Amino acid sequence: MSDSTAIAHGGHAAPDNTHAGGHEHPAYLRHHFENVEQQADAAGFAMWLFLLTEVMFFGGLFTAYLIYRNWYYPAFVEASHQLNIFWGTLNTAVLITSSFTMAMGVWCAETRKQRGLVLCLVLTFILGLGFLGIKTVEYKEKIEKHHVPGFHYSLSSFTDPVSDPEIYKEYHDKPLALDMARHTEVYFSLYFAMTGMHALHMIIGIAILGFMIFRARAGAYTSGHVTFVENFGLYWHFVDIVWIFLFPLLYLISRHQ
Amino acid sequence: MTDQKEMEEAAHHVVSPVIYIIVGSTLLVLTGATVWASYQEWGNFNAVAALAIAVVKAMIVVLFFMHVKYSSKLTKLTVFCGLFTFLALVGMTLADYFTRAWGRW
Repeated sequence: MSDSTAIAHGGHAAPDNTHAGGHEHPAYLRHHFENVEQQADAAGFAMWLFLLTEVMFFGGLFTAYLIYRNWYYPAFVEASHQLNIFWGTLNTAVLITSSFTMAMGVWCAETRKQRGLVLCLVLTFILGLGFLGIKTVEYKEKIEKHHVPGFHYSLSSFTDPVSDPEIYKEYHDKPLALDMARHTEVYFSLYFAMTGMHALHMIIGIAILGFMIFRARAGAYTSGHVTFVENFGLYWHFVDIVWIFLFPLLYLISRHQ
Repeated sequence: MTDQKEMEEAAHHVVSPVIYIIVGSTLLVLTGATVWASYQEWGNFNAVAALAIAVVKAMIVVLFFMHVKYSSKLTKLTVFCGLFTFLALVGMTLADYFTRAWGRW
């Protein structure tokens, strides 16, 4: 997936596809591949295998969530009422838009539009940061209400819902017995584990995007070698899909119970 | 060079921006739909509707944004096998847990 050779040779807009060895092929074609197509297929295949390990990883978290939700249902319902649907919906829209700009970035790379590619990558970068910013607003609220699992965890929103007027006026939750209320901590553990791992993937993605913007400005991806942009796109869309499932499971499905 | 470029583009299907715009707006509309559905009183069906919409959205992303619809058979098979294995593992785990204490709670 390295694109280091592409830029080294992309500099002299070489119409001849020769390089140091004196034989003909694009500079970015590695010698252990038959041709460009085979190289791209191999990289795409490997990227999908990696994404499938990621699917299994997040799948474990989703499964844990479903099992505990089934066990401690009343606690999970009341705990999920603490999440703000407005921020969740806005973040979903931000992330989907960033997936769109990323897809457009791949198109720009394929059709060799350097300025378009840089613009798309910058937009994706900004939208990614926007997502994390909104997530920070949500985390801040959880910290202030002592809903982060640990020594300072507070049960008062669940044993005494009236003490939390903002949530109470919307949901009119009944007080939970202490043993059930304790299990809201399990909900928030899973909430932070799942959204935290998702956010970590976003942070890694944004870091790679920063690197790609730098390289795209130097013309690395618009001379025919799009593998890196394409496979990063796959990663970014995968992160989007994880959120597409996190949003209904954490925010939406317990609104009425 | 032109031949080379044409060969690359023949082997490598370029998805047009029109499709990306349609797919992007469909995803935003479905996001609105899933939020709307969560405000309805459908009982257990609320969760079913939310997950069904999520699955549709994920499929659209995989097929179009991730190009699987236009990819090689190898990629299609890889994605399908991976998802099948994933669903088998999650399905069997959940079936076990949800029936372990059947009637005892």
